[in-house]
Amino acid sequence: MQQHTISVLVNDQPGVLTRVATLFGQRGFNIDSITVGGTEEQGLSRMIISTGGDDRQINQLMKQLHKLIDVISVTNLSENPFVSRELALIKVTALPSQLAELNGIVEPFRAAIVDVGPSSLIVQVTGDTEKIDALLVLLQSYGVIELTRTGSVAMARSIVPATAAAMV
Amino acid sequence: MSVEMAELQKKNDIPPIQFGEEVTGAETLLRCLILEQVEYIFGYPGGAVLPIYDSLYGSYFKHILTRHEQGAIHAADGYARATGKPGVCIATSGPGATNLVTGIATAQMDSVPLVCITGNVAQSLIGTDAFQEANITGITIPITKHSYFVRDIRDLPRIVKEAFHIATTGRPGPVLIDIPKDVANAKAPFTYPDQVEIRGYRASLVPSDEEVHEFVKAVSEAKRPVILAGGGIIAAQAEKELRDFAEKTRIPVINTFMGLGGFPGTHELSLAMPGMHGNYTANQALLNADCVIGLGARFDDRITMGRTKEFAPKARIVHVDIDPAELGKNVETAVTVAGDVKSTLAKAIPLAKTCDSEAWINQLKEWREQYPYKYKKDGDVLKPQAVIELLYNSTDGEAIVTTDVGQHQMWTAQYYKFKHPRSFISSGGLGTMGFGFPAAIGAQIAHPDRTVISVVGDGGFQMTNQELAIVSQYNIPVKVAIVNNQCLGMVRQWQELFYDNRYSQIDLTCSPDFVKLAEAYGVKGLRASTPEEAEAVWAEALAHDGPVVVDFRVAQGENVYPMVATGNTLDQMELGDD
Ligand SMILES: Cc1ncc(C[n+]2csc(CCOP(=O)(O)OP(=O)(O)O)c2C)c(N)n1
Repeated sequence: MQQHTISVLVNDQPGVLTRVATLFGQRGFNIDSITVGGTEEQGLSRMIISTGGDDRQINQLMKQLHKLIDVISVTNLSENPFVSRELALIKVTALPSQLAELNGIVEPFRAAIVDVGPSSLIVQVTGDTEKIDALLVLLQSYGVIELTRTGSVAMARSIVPATAAAMV
Repeated sequence: MSVEMAELQKKNDIPPIQFGEEVTGAETLLRCLILEQVEYIFGYPGGAVLPIYDSLYGSYFKHILTRHEQGAIHAADGYARATGKPGVCIATSGPGATNLVTGIATAQMDSVPLVCITGNVAQSLIGTDAFQEANITGITIPITKHSYFVRDIRDLPRIVKEAFHIATTGRPGPVLIDIPKDVANAKAPFTYPDQVEIRGYRASLVPSDEEVHEFVKAVSEAKRPVILAGGGIIAAQAEKELRDFAEKTRIPVINTFMGLGGFPGTHELSLAMPGMHGNYTANQALLNADCVIGLGARFDDRITMGRTKEFAPKARIVHVDIDPAELGKNVETAVTVAGDVKSTLAKAIPLAKTCDSEAWINQLKEWREQYPYKYKKDGDVLKPQAVIELLYNSTDGEAIVTTDVGQHQMWTAQYYKFKHPRSFISSGGLGTMGFGFPAAIGAQIAHPDRTVISVVGDGGFQMTNQELAIVSQYNIPVKVAIVNNQCLGMVRQWQELFYDNRYSQIDLTCSPDFVKLAEAYGVKGLRASTPEEAEAVWAEALAHDGPVVVDFRVAQGENVYPMVATGNTLDQMELGDD
C-alpha cells in the first residue's frame, strides 16, 4: 500500500465535505488527513486528502470522487513532484530559563517559539510530515503537554523532475 | 420566455406561464415541473409541504395520492422504468421524507431517474429538533446521485433545472430537492433558466474513435465471444444497436437481470440470464468465452459470485460503460470504453466484422437444448414456475411485468421471455421487497393501454398492499399475480440448503385472505389452486376491465434452480432435482 495525496477542487457549498467524507466511508477508503480551504477562485474550495492504497484502489477512488456533482476536478499529486506542508503547534513543558536551549533545537528546523509562559512554551513548525515528526521526537524529552497539527496542504511543482534536485 | 419554451407550451397544451410574475416558491416549483414536462406526481401531503399541496389544488398535474410514501416513490420509479422519463414524487418533512429512503436507495442501485421533492421545516427551525424535522439531505447523501437543500427561492428554478438534468443524463439516478417551508412560502418573480451549466459534470460521453477501434479489434479477434448486456442498454435506448451489432458480428448475448428485454429473449443468439439463478448455458458461456463484452453491465456479484479472479477465466474482458467508475471496479479489464453504449455501438457497427464464432454458437445451442430451465410437474399441484409460464403464454410475452423480490422474481426472470425493453421492472440491485406492486401502478399509469402484471410473493405484497386503495380509486387495471407459497420462499430455500432445514421465522400461513382483502378495497379477487383453475381464473382476470388480484396457491417447497451458492464459482452450479 502506498501513500497518496489527492487534490480535489470542489464547489464551496454547504455539505460538500460531508459528501466527500461519506464517499470515503461508503466505498471503504480511509482518510489519513484532510484539509479544506479557499482557492484562487471565489466559490471554489480545494481539499487535500492523504490516503493509502494501491494503484487500482486510488484510480477507483478518484473516479468515485469525480462522480460527485460538486467535485470539479481530481488530481493525484503523488504522480508528479509536489510540495506538501503541514503546520503544527506544540506546547512543551519548559521554564523561561530554558528558552535559549530550546531555541537551539527549534532553529535548525526553521521553527519558532511563538508563546512563552511561566512553565510552558509553544513551538510553531511547518514542513512535511517527517520533519514535524523529527522535531517532535526531540521535544518529547521536555514533555509535550499538547500537540495540534493540520493535515497537509499540497501543490504540484511547476517544474518537472529533471531539476528536482533544487527542491526545498 | 425563450422561444423553446413558448414552443413547448404550444405543443403540449400546458397552462400558460407568466415569466416575471411574482409567485411563491411552491408555485415556482410547479411551474418548473410543467416546463420539465412532468405530468404525473406521486405523493403524500403533510405540514411542511402544505404550500406545495395548496398550489397543486386544481392544477394541471395528475397527482396520485398513495397510501404510504414508499408506495409513492416506488410508483414514480415504476413510471420512470416503464417510460425512461424521470419519475417525480413529493413527501413532507421528517417521517414523510424518511419513508422515501428505501425507494431512493432502490432507484440509485438500479440507476433510475427520479426527482424526489421533500418539504422541510422553516429555516428558522432547522437544527432545533423541531417537530417533524429530519436532515433528509444528510440522510440520503450516500443513496442519491445528488441532492439540494434550497435556501433561497431565487435558487429554486436553477436547482429544479439541474435536478432533472442530473437525474436523466449520464448514468441516471435519483436526485432529492429539500425545500424548507419558508422558501415554499417566499415570493419572487418567476424565471426559468434555458440551460444547465454544471462545472465538472460529464453528462454524456461519446467515446473517441481510438477507443472504438480498440474495442472493435478486441472483439473481432475472438472465437468464443459473448456479450453481457446490462441495464445500460435499456437506459441508453441501445436495443436496436445491440441487435444490429450482435447479428452482424454473430456474437451471442447474455442479458443480465437488469438487462432483460434489452435483447429479445426469443432471439436465436439469446442466452438469457447468467449468475446465481441464471441458466446453465449463460454461465458456461462465461466460463468458456475467450472474450466477454460487458455493455452497460456492472459485473455485479450475483454474476461474478464475488469470485472475480475465477470469473470468465479464459476471457479478455472488454467493458463499455457510461460511468467511468465502473470500468475496472469489479473485474480486471483488457479494453475499456468510457462512453454511452448507444453511441459506442453506433460507431462500432460499421467497423465490426463477423466473428469466426459458428462452432461456438453451435456448442451453446447444444447446451441450451440439453439444459433448459426446467421443473417437475406434479399432477394437480400448482407449481410456481407453471404460473409464470401461464402468464407468459397468455400474453405472448407482450405484457409489462413487474416483480417483487424473492423466488417468484427469479422464476419470472427465468420463465417469462422478455422481448422488449422496459417490459421487465424489478428491484435488481437493492432487492427491495414491497417494490413490485407500486411499481406496477406507476407502469400502468404510464401505459394505460398495455397489460401490466405485478408478480408478487405473499410476503412482499404485504409490505405495500395498502396501495390497493389507489388501483381501486383511480381504476388502474393492474393484474396482481400473487405466487402464494405461504412462506417467505427465498428465505425458506436458503434455510433448507444452508441452515439444515431450520425454518426460522418464515411462516406466512396467517396471511389475510387475499381475495377478501382485494374485495375490501373494491378490487376483484380470484383464487386458483390447481393448474386447471389457474388457467381459467387467469383468463378471467385478463378479460376483466379493471384491477384484479389473483391468489395463486402454489406448492410450498419448490426451490429456484439452477443455483450457484454464495462462495462458489459459476462452474459449481446446482441444476435442481430432476
Ligand atoms: C425489505 C426487505 N426485507 C427483507 C428482505 C429479505 N428477503 C429476500 S427474499 C425474501 C422472501 C420473500 O418472500 P415472498 O415475498 O413470499 O416471496 P417468495 O420468495 O416466496 O416468492 C426476504 C424476506 C428483502 N429482500 N427486502
